[in-house]
Amino acid sequence: MDFIIGHYNYWVVIVLMMVGLYTVISRGNLVKKIIGLNIFQVSVFFLYISLGTVEGGAAPIIAEGVKVYSNPLPHVLILTAIVVGVATTALALALVVRIKETYGTIEEDEIHNLDHSL
Amino acid sequence: MFDVVVDIVLLTFLATTSFAIMRMTNLFAIIMLFGIFSLLSAGLFVVMDAPDVAFTEAAVGAGISTVLMLTTLALVKRSKEPYYDEAPKTHTAWLPLIVVIVTGSALIYGTWDIPNFGSADAPSQTHVARFYLENSLPDTGVPNTVTAVLASYRGFDTLGEVTVIFTAAVAVMLLIGGKRPKSVPKTEGEEAKDEA
Repeated sequence: MDFIIGHYNYWVVIVLMMVGLYTVISRGNLVKKIIGLNIFQVSVFFLYISLGTVEGGAAPIIAEGVKVYSNPLPHVLILTAIVVGVATTALALALVVRIKETYGTIEEDEIHNLDHSL
Repeated sequence: MFDVVVDIVLLTFLATTSFAIMRMTNLFAIIMLFGIFSLLSAGLFVVMDAPDVAFTEAAVGAGISTVLMLTTLALVKRSKEPYYDEAPKTHTAWLPLIVVIVTGSALIYGTWDIPNFGSADAPSQTHVARFYLENSLPDTGVPNTVTAVLASYRGFDTLGEVTVIFTAAVAVMLLIGGKRPKSVPKTEGEEAKDEA
């Protein structure tokens, strides 16, 4: 039981990761692919933050009388990752808008068909 | 103990939301669910003692990402009903499913070696974290260790992050900013037809 509770976080992280991956590789709609990528990304954030958590620990803000803090390093890395993540999402969405303007569709199958019929 | 219960409940919500996002076909609903997904993650980050990450996720993930996606959706919707639906799937994607199940099983097998969630003697807690917690206040005078590491010890990393965002902003402006022709340039035959 201890093992299950102690590893539940990591298992949900992997489930989220796989849901994201499946959405990216099996769905043809480009916007949905980007959302799948974002789910994958958030699952990686959870992996890092879970690894940095200490039981009974406080947020890593130094204060009088607090003995145990959680690990500040994963927090720093993930702060950077979240902001970079939204930058890449914005770039991907801009590409989708351009693809829509050029091809008139954002479905992968239809784009392939248009490419072959040229 | 209470922490762990909240943690497990929120994680279960999160997994359910992600499955709903995967199964639904209405893009508008999917984007709204993604906003909920981000907000749930922000809540979970608070439970896991990471308030800085929670702030950022709530502002950037639930806020900016959702707005960007809705704006994109408004630009890429179909010209006739149904405006926001993705195309119906013609077949079940077996190959991706097999790939995902195999990868997932391998990763879950890997978790057997990870120490329990929250254990204080895990390898990730015993290395440099202690140094930052003990020295960041005397070194920088900032009580928040995350800020001290982000802006002082690893300031160059943050500079690199700003470079990435700047590059992305320039690329987005080049792609969709400014004036550009409304439609694909016509071929000669079509132009001749238009003139006639």
